[in-house]
Amino acid sequence: MLDEAPKILVSVRGLKMHFAIHKGLLRRQVGTVKAVDDVSFDIYEGETLGLVGESGCGKSTAGRSILRLYDPTDGVVELEGQDIVPVTGERLRDLRPAMQMIFQDPQACLNPRMTVGSIIAEPLDEHLKLSRTERRNRVNELMDAVGLNRDFANRYPHEFSGGQRQRIGIARALALNPKFIVCDEPIAALDVSIQAQVVNLLEDLQRKFGLTYLFISHDLSMVRHLATRVAVMYLGKIVELAPRDALYSAPMHPYTQALLSAVPDPDPNAAERKERIILEGDVPSPANPPEGCNFCTRCAQVMDICRKIEPEWRDHGNGHYAACHRLGEA
Amino acid sequence: MLNYTIRRLMFAIPTLFVISFIIFAILDLSPGDPTGNLPLTIPPDVREKIRESLGLGQPFPIRYLKWCQQFFVNEPLNLIENWTGWTIGDGERLRVTSWSTRSPVVDLIAERMPQTLWVVGMSYVVAILIAIPIGVISAYRQYSLFDQIGTFVSMVGFSVPTFFTGLILIVVFSVNLGWLPSVYDTTHKVTDWSSFWVQVRQMAMPTMVLALATTAQLSRFMRASMLDNLNQDYVRTARAKGLRERSVVLIHVLRNSMIPVVTVIALGVPAIFGGAIITEQIFKVNGLGALLIIGIQGADIPLVQTLTFLFAVLIVFFNLIADLLYGILDPRIRYD
Repeated sequence: MLDEAPKILVSVRGLKMHFAIHKGLLRRQVGTVKAVDDVSFDIYEGETLGLVGESGCGKSTAGRSILRLYDPTDGVVELEGQDIVPVTGERLRDLRPAMQMIFQDPQACLNPRMTVGSIIAEPLDEHLKLSRTERRNRVNELMDAVGLNRDFANRYPHEFSGGQRQRIGIARALALNPKFIVCDEPIAALDVSIQAQVVNLLEDLQRKFGLTYLFISHDLSMVRHLATRVAVMYLGKIVELAPRDALYSAPMHPYTQALLSAVPDPDPNAAERKERIILEGDVPSPANPPEGCNFCTRCAQVMDICRKIEPEWRDHGNGHYAACHRLGEA
Repeated sequence: MLNYTIRRLMFAIPTLFVISFIIFAILDLSPGDPTGNLPLTIPPDVREKIRESLGLGQPFPIRYLKWCQQFFVNEPLNLIENWTGWTIGDGERLRVTSWSTRSPVVDLIAERMPQTLWVVGMSYVVAILIAIPIGVISAYRQYSLFDQIGTFVSMVGFSVPTFFTGLILIVVFSVNLGWLPSVYDTTHKVTDWSSFWVQVRQMAMPTMVLALATTAQLSRFMRASMLDNLNQDYVRTARAKGLRERSVVLIHVLRNSMIPVVTVIALGVPAIFGGAIITEQIFKVNGLGALLIIGIQGADIPLVQTLTFLFAVLIVFFNLIADLLYGILDPRIRYD
């Protein structure tokens, strides 16, 4: 799907999202949770960038800060060359149509008191001046696009199944013809049989409307199916970023290797032969990350330098980036 | 919804009969003698005659059934006669009569109702109008100075009783400043602007005293409900849609937060009719609360029985209203 000279749609540089921790009688700030700590990557137009990592590593926070649903602590997020981090208020609202989000929990993210039709139509009312018929036609169009029966427009979200609700969420996100959509674990809350439907729908829509996705997930096999490039996050940082095939066939970072070895194999013989890398211990608290490499507390190949100096984010050829001291010496 | 309403109303009938019986039994068992307030010079045998003339000589079940007949048959028939001018039967029937005033209880209630509705009802309206904005802003700016002050005022409203705030207001505004009258004049009639202004001034203090207590409760409720909804995912969705912050808060969050608050407001309405016994005493508003207190003090059983039963009817009725409102406001709830 990559063109000869791929155009960068979203460029993230040094993005940091720190949350203050307030404690005590006077609620003084006693520290920060570094949910996203110095993350940089580009997303090319028309591609799907998978963002994987275990729970609590900052994937969702990264997605939300890129869409300015949070106010990032630091960094630059360029959407088509415009830095959107300092933009606020009305001007930010004007940017919203270009970037949308599909949320994880399709039940909670739809207002229970609004009908499906009004949920989908609301962004249209807010950003465009449409007549009643134009609006109704657009809602019908969107419901067709995501495979929902048009007659459902007057129903409420609770009357739908999980997969249908996620379709409503997708229709809502598509309403304003966005270029860039952050999919925040859109399939995590769905039944396995429904997951495939939704993923296929996302692929169809991408082809049809030329969408660019940031696909956040912890499901490695789904990301393998969907993504053109994959970024692996650990404790607020991206540890490895590579084209999909390169990442899955030759992971460089020890954390990626461990993650991939944990993917279940459908072939029982192969599964038996497979050597699993089992990580010991827990993820350190993002409020108090270890010195040096964030992964040094659990890495099987840890060296002395890992505990002192943070590894550099380096290009290892063919768009394969990683941050690990092991790779430096090789 | 209609079927549900009819079913609930049908269930309400036995409930109310049981309630009326329990009230009657409690009043019958309670100590108190309707002749107790009569002069001591009346000899005991005359007292006994008076008691018998009040119907107290008959056994308990008979007295209960007679009250039922008077209240459920005679009074409604009488109301119909008054409204339409017809005469049903011979038009002569025994009404529920107060022992101490000898006038029909329903007429007494009709006399007292306007004052109570004006003062207590207005306090409720004022409380709602104040409490909702306070709750919304406190929740939206949680832990801000506004929220802290709001919390403090609510705590004051919760914990300081009305007989205290009422007296403080009288001391400040009537005694020291002399701005407002301390006694509510029930005979005052509003005919023009100046008499309307007098009415507003005499209503101000009792209304505000009651409103403080209600505001405290409602604003906390509103705040909690708003906080519940502000952190919901659909609010983030609304922001991601690029809605104005005003629309996010007022359309998405507020409307969802109002669901439980509206039902609490509906459940509080019967209390308006019940009057505010203490506040009415302090400001000399002779409303229903004052009537009930007089009835209890004089062991005026028909009066107390009828008033208490009417409160029970209102409570049952507004419970139904609250349930129906919930069903209307929240599409997830269905009754059929």
